[in-house]
Amino acid sequence: MNWADFSSAVFNFSNYGELLPLFRDTLLAGAILGLVGGLVGTFVMMRDLAFAVHGIAELSFAGAAFALLIGADVMFGSLAGSITAALLLGAMGVRAREKNSVIGVIMPFGLGLGILFLSLYQGRSANKFGLLTGQIVSVDSTQLSVLAGTALIVIVGLALIWRPLTFASVDADIAAARGVPVRTLSLAFMFLLGIAVALSIQVVGSLLVLALLITPAAAALQVTAAPRMVVLLSVAFAMISTVGGIMLALGGSIPISPYVTTLSFAIYVVCRVAGAWRKRRGWSSRPSMAA
Amino acid sequence: MTQAAPSVITLKRATLAYGARTLWQDLNLDVRAGEFLAVLGANGSGKTSFLKILLGMSTLSSGQIMLDGVPVKRGSRAIGYVPQQKHFAPDTAMRARDLVGLGVDGDKWGFRLHGRAYRQRVDELLEMVGASSYGKIPVGMLSGGEQQRLRIAQALASNPKVLLCDEPLLSLDMHHQKAVSALVAQQAQANGTAVVFVTHEINPILEHVDRVLYLAGGRFTLGTPEEVMRTEVLSALYGTHVQVLNVEGRLVVVGRPDTVIDGHLSEELLGETVHQHGAHELGNS
Repeated sequence: MNWADFSSAVFNFSNYGELLPLFRDTLLAGAILGLVGGLVGTFVMMRDLAFAVHGIAELSFAGAAFALLIGADVMFGSLAGSITAALLLGAMGVRAREKNSVIGVIMPFGLGLGILFLSLYQGRSANKFGLLTGQIVSVDSTQLSVLAGTALIVIVGLALIWRPLTFASVDADIAAARGVPVRTLSLAFMFLLGIAVALSIQVVGSLLVLALLITPAAAALQVTAAPRMVVLLSVAFAMISTVGGIMLALGGSIPISPYVTTLSFAIYVVCRVAGAWRKRRGWSSRPSMAA
Repeated sequence: MTQAAPSVITLKRATLAYGARTLWQDLNLDVRAGEFLAVLGANGSGKTSFLKILLGMSTLSSGQIMLDGVPVKRGSRAIGYVPQQKHFAPDTAMRARDLVGLGVDGDKWGFRLHGRAYRQRVDELLEMVGASSYGKIPVGMLSGGEQQRLRIAQALASNPKVLLCDEPLLSLDMHHQKAVSALVAQQAQANGTAVVFVTHEINPILEHVDRVLYLAGGRFTLGTPEEVMRTEVLSALYGTHVQVLNVEGRLVVVGRPDTVIDGHLSEELLGETVHQHGAHELGNS
């Protein structure tokens, strides 16, 4: 493949004006997923669940592959897999070390199951690959409404538990002393996280969910610690990544996930540099006083 | 403290036992508004349990405990809890004022509707503990002493009757220990908040303490520091000969049977407590 082939495969904007309206639903789906990813991501960072997200994604992949095999709805299979995994992890102890080893055990098992189901599947191979690396290039309006409805559940759920969940995430002991139901909240969040993971898999695939659920929030945390700004930036970054990624991918012959992950990575790098610069300039400087 | 002040914590014949092991029994105690009570004792003496019971997160084996006239219950706004200093990751999405804000409405469901009242209250609390100048700095970038000031502000957010401090000076240097304990004591005096200060080290708070509850070996002793921190009293409590020394104004308990497992005297304190360590070693050999 020479450079011309490469660039026309990666960036191809011929007939762009005509293509764009056709993908209106896809772009909307991307925006919704960006919103969910950005919101959930802030709590994933706060609760140190990056590895758990990865583990949930692999089981979600197994669920989706099973659904594909038996001819059921892939979205449903993916949801079933990730919610099961998320609740399982949520119910299992709180100690990070223990949790990590459990995730490490579950993850390859899920991936292995998924590969088994996929190799048994006789259908189109594009579907197989799509589960791992992202698939939906064209979303029909039914899919869009299912997606939007599910996303709404996550957003409303998060809004209801926002403050106590923040409290419990930052300081579980004190929150518990204040009467916050720390354990129930943890399970509730894992449930919402399971849904969010299954949704994100639709865009970027199970191997790349972290690009939607971690990177935007991690980038935001590099440049601000004000909770409201973290959420706003995280959502903005995630939406720029998904919508931008889809728009860049429209003309080319490549799946959207590389565009999404590259955009989200680029944003992170910029934020990281900006954050380092800000720290050097004295982020924490204050009028001197005895503490 | 005056005797007329109302009692905010009342324990009646309170007993805590795990199976056959009794941590303390028949504890009768009244803590009055504005009083500063230090709870001392070794690891495993029931200090932490005492605290959990006050917070309503654990129950007595028998007896009664009342907080501000009603039986204790979890999440009571009559109690403010100041924990040990803990490490915050540098990328924690919290500024100093947000940490204090958790005490104001962190336990409420849904979104905040009264933003202005919330901000005013947080400003007020920051002012109260002298933390206004670093309100907008991420908590991960603050010193241990600064963090503990914020914890006190957070605990005071609900205007509690009782400030419950759980080793809040641990891992602070001497200078910050003094400042933080003075802040707590000032709260007790100015607002009549009762202070229950759980610690293994009485020296940093000695000048503020009204009474000491000393827990050891399944028993307890209650009284002023002068009454409790004496060789014969603590020897009787421990059931073995221990000695209370006054080393340049610092009280040192020598020969406690629990010193070997008392891992609290960690390196951060080493500079300040070199006498004490020396004394411990002497006592043990």
